[in-house]
Amino acid sequence: MIEEGLKNELQKQGVYVTSLQELYNWGRANSVWPLTFGLACCAIEMMAASMARFDLARFGAEVFRPSPRQADLMIVAGTVTKKMAPLVVRLYNQMPEPKYVIAMGACAISGGPFKQGYNVLKGVDRYLPVDVAIPGCPPRPEALLHAIMTLQEKILNQKLTGPDRPRHLNADVAGEFPVPAYGKHDLEPPNNPEVWQPPAIQR
Amino acid sequence: MVLVLLAVAAVGFAVAPLAAAWAWAKFFSPQKPGKDKNAIYECGLESKGDAWIHFRSEYYLYGIIFLVFDVETIFLLPFAVAFTGLPPGAFVAMIVFLLLLVEGLVWAWRKGVLNWK
Repeated sequence: MIEEGLKNELQKQGVYVTSLQELYNWGRANSVWPLTFGLACCAIEMMAASMARFDLARFGAEVFRPSPRQADLMIVAGTVTKKMAPLVVRLYNQMPEPKYVIAMGACAISGGPFKQGYNVLKGVDRYLPVDVAIPGCPPRPEALLHAIMTLQEKILNQKLTGPDRPRHLNADVAGEFPVPAYGKHDLEPPNNPEVWQPPAIQR
Repeated sequence: MVLVLLAVAAVGFAVAPLAAAWAWAKFFSPQKPGKDKNAIYECGLESKGDAWIHFRSEYYLYGIIFLVFDVETIFLLPFAVAFTGLPPGAFVAMIVFLLLLVEGLVWAWRKGVLNWK
């Protein structure tokens, strides 16, 4: 590992040095392929973000893949109903590692304006590890671009070794998340306790 | 000799990227297989049943008759638009065309093709 100061000094002299980790992360961060996966009105903004005016291609993320096998990023764009939630988790399980999740809009974060609905999942983070959340109802394409940039920053800063390495490089961590089943009144289980715990009320 | 060398180079040029991709996937890619990931993937739903099912041959007759009348509508629209200005010859030709198709439909109906068994 080369020191930051020496690296800057060398760069002034025209010598560029890098590490395998930086190179690897640089490649990953600039080729994030999202899954073509729109759930509600946020998907319209997602489409707009990938079109010419906002041009998601500038971030290497324009290749929307209609198959979970080829996607790196799941943009949960819209309300997740309880009927759809097992499908969302299954699609996430079917994506190859490394994979990331962006919760786009108020609905994906918390259920949004439909939070009181009996069939609305109150946040996709109850089942999936969300990397970036975008507030808004719906968020503008610029907000999605910002989320992509935030995700890129996150990927660039990931360490490939050590105890806090990402999940995909840790062989001990399970690759799949349990898919909830349709219960009599609610999904079973109502949340994945490894990912999300209901907030404890302090009195 | 040169040809053999070039052939070897050409094959190597084609195979080397494939081999590199295979080796990369084999030794460096983080593999986490599982029940869901190895399953047949569709839209998130679990796939049910077998993809190898029989289609009844009647379906094709049905499809062809549909296609004939589908194409007919392409002719019917300009026919209807230009109807008032048509010379008698064109009108007769169009009616003959329509009657031929109707006759085909009557034939298929009599044969029982339209009864879905």
